[in-house]
Amino acid sequence: MNFKKFFGVAAATMMSAAALTGCATAKTSSNSGNKATDNKIRIGVNLELSGSVASYGQQEKKGVTLAAQQINKKGVKIGGKTYKVKLYISDNKSSTSTAASVAAQLANSDKIVAEVGPAATAYATASISNLTKAGVPLVSPSATAAEFTQTKSGQTQKYVFRSCFIDPFQGKKAADFMYNTLKKRKVAIVADNSTDYGTGLTKSFTTEFKKLGGKIVTTQYFQSGDKDFNSTLTTVKGKNPDAVYLPGYYTELGLVLKQAREMGIKVPFVGGDGMGSPKLAQIAGNKNATNVYYTTHFSTKSTDPAVTKFMKVYKAKYHEDPAVFSSLAYDAVYMIVKAAQNEGEVSSSAVQKGLANLKNFKGVTGSITMDSKHNPQKSVVVEQMTNGKIAKAYTVK
Amino acid sequence: MHTFFQQLINGLSLGSIYALLALGYMIVYGISKLLNFAHGDVYMLGAYWGYYTINYLHFGFLAALITAMLACGLAGVIIEAVAYRPLRNAPRVAALITAIGVSYFLENGMSYLVTSDTRNFPQVIKRKTFDLGGVSISNIQLIIFATTIVLMAALVYIINHTKTGRAMRSVSTDYDAASLMGININHAVSITFALGSALAGAAGVLIGMYYNSIDPLMGMTPGIKAFVAAVLGGIGSIPGAAVGGFLIGLLETAVQALGFSAFRDAAVYIVLIVILLVLPGGLFGKKQVEKV
Repeated sequence: MNFKKFFGVAAATMMSAAALTGCATAKTSSNSGNKATDNKIRIGVNLELSGSVASYGQQEKKGVTLAAQQINKKGVKIGGKTYKVKLYISDNKSSTSTAASVAAQLANSDKIVAEVGPAATAYATASISNLTKAGVPLVSPSATAAEFTQTKSGQTQKYVFRSCFIDPFQGKKAADFMYNTLKKRKVAIVADNSTDYGTGLTKSFTTEFKKLGGKIVTTQYFQSGDKDFNSTLTTVKGKNPDAVYLPGYYTELGLVLKQAREMGIKVPFVGGDGMGSPKLAQIAGNKNATNVYYTTHFSTKSTDPAVTKFMKVYKAKYHEDPAVFSSLAYDAVYMIVKAAQNEGEVSSSAVQKGLANLKNFKGVTGSITMDSKHNPQKSVVVEQMTNGKIAKAYTVK
Repeated sequence: MHTFFQQLINGLSLGSIYALLALGYMIVYGISKLLNFAHGDVYMLGAYWGYYTINYLHFGFLAALITAMLACGLAGVIIEAVAYRPLRNAPRVAALITAIGVSYFLENGMSYLVTSDTRNFPQVIKRKTFDLGGVSISNIQLIIFATTIVLMAALVYIINHTKTGRAMRSVSTDYDAASLMGININHAVSITFALGSALAGAAGVLIGMYYNSIDPLMGMTPGIKAFVAAVLGGIGSIPGAAVGGFLIGLLETAVQALGFSAFRDAAVYIVLIVILLVLPGGLFGKKQVEKV
């Protein structure tokens, strides 16, 4: 997802955070988690409400607040008792050290049973250690880096979950979409090999597309910041592909689209959510942003009744269409409540168990089943662009 | 065969941008013995000048190009007067480090002023593509070729056939002797920076038109590649810098066409290393003996 680029800077601050978390955890005593003694499901919300990625946090806050409001209209029956959700919303200021101390505060003082957030992988990772010590599970709506739910040695982090799919998962689904929906057999890849995002998507796409029986006619690479793709695209054109897969970000892909269309490459172009920005059409030119598809988490063009209902209540409350981040955060709250409901108990350990065993959970961003690495296996949405506008959405199961 | 000619055209249009930048690099180095690492960032300033004048003052292409050259020329003179002139008698490495500082100042200053967002350049000239027996060439590519050739010819004329040019040449040969002959050194150096930066400004507007995308860090890589082109052609030679620019453009294109797109930048830097080892004077450079 786009904000990975931001984190080169964040990585440096991580170092200092590691030192600071030491004092933040000092109060933590038990590893048994928190249990509700009254009729409140206490959910901590640890989000980037200010700082460099505040726009993500602000959008997710809207989703979380709406979900709590919807649930509290009737309350939810768990183990014979009716519960209501109580949110504890804190700002981690887009800082790794604050994300860690906010997590400790929520777990130890506010006695939350589970945490939603942080939005970005770097800050979400920073809050893991304090929550694990306290035995409280967290669900990040948008930490998409594959290694987020795993320890350094590759084991699954017991208390770490997310409601989004991981980056490479999109590559797999894009292959499926191109082979089964667009019915393309000969595909060229033009990929960004300077980011994990680009290489991860390329790898998973290639594996899946070959498995389905398709052929990759050529794989060309570029670096982020490149501006000239004419020579690469001349090569691609010479191979006569039925479609082109573009794992990368909109800054370069906008130029790829422009130069490809001007060169007369008319076949469909398919990318990942790194392409999903209004800037894409601005850079490519509206005329060139046609017959373009990209995989993403959520689309307002979806016709799923659950989504249309969500959009209606969201619009009534905020007077705008829900963003991807709001819908993922909305699902995160429902996932926690559903997990408690399945286990029949409102406690950290029950929510942890419930999340790990979550199956066919119907959210607004698709049907979610948690795999053994705590990565949701879910449907992916493909948006289709025509003349620079999102014209249609498909769901890839 | 079609593919070959198509790639040739791709390479030449990329190369002409490098050539324009390399020429600026080269004349500045020739006169002040300073590798002006901020050169690529002046090119970025030119692109932003074009962006704002076309969008907000509704300039045409030619007006934007000429005013960008004037504005960048002025920027070059200011940079020289503020950052490099006080260091003219300092060790050369001090001036080099200052050049890197100026480069960072321009990049981050622009990121602060106009944000680091990539912007789409206004398309003042409608793009047309001509088909020459399966090989397509666009009017923008033709404009880039033509502008590059005209500017190069103008530069050669100024340096070889005017009084100012003679002053520049004499300063580049020997500072002290030139100054004893009554040549105003500050004046000659300022004019050189103005000319070099004006070429960079023109390249900025052309590249904005061609790729339709500008950002504050756009000057970094082309700046370094233009430096390689200047070294390849031979520092101190005008035709050398031009040929070096075209060769680097063609080389990059060839590497991509052969399917090694990931190694495009590496190939350019390998050329730099090889040239420095084998032919330190460059293709057209004068063999210089360092006098002790």
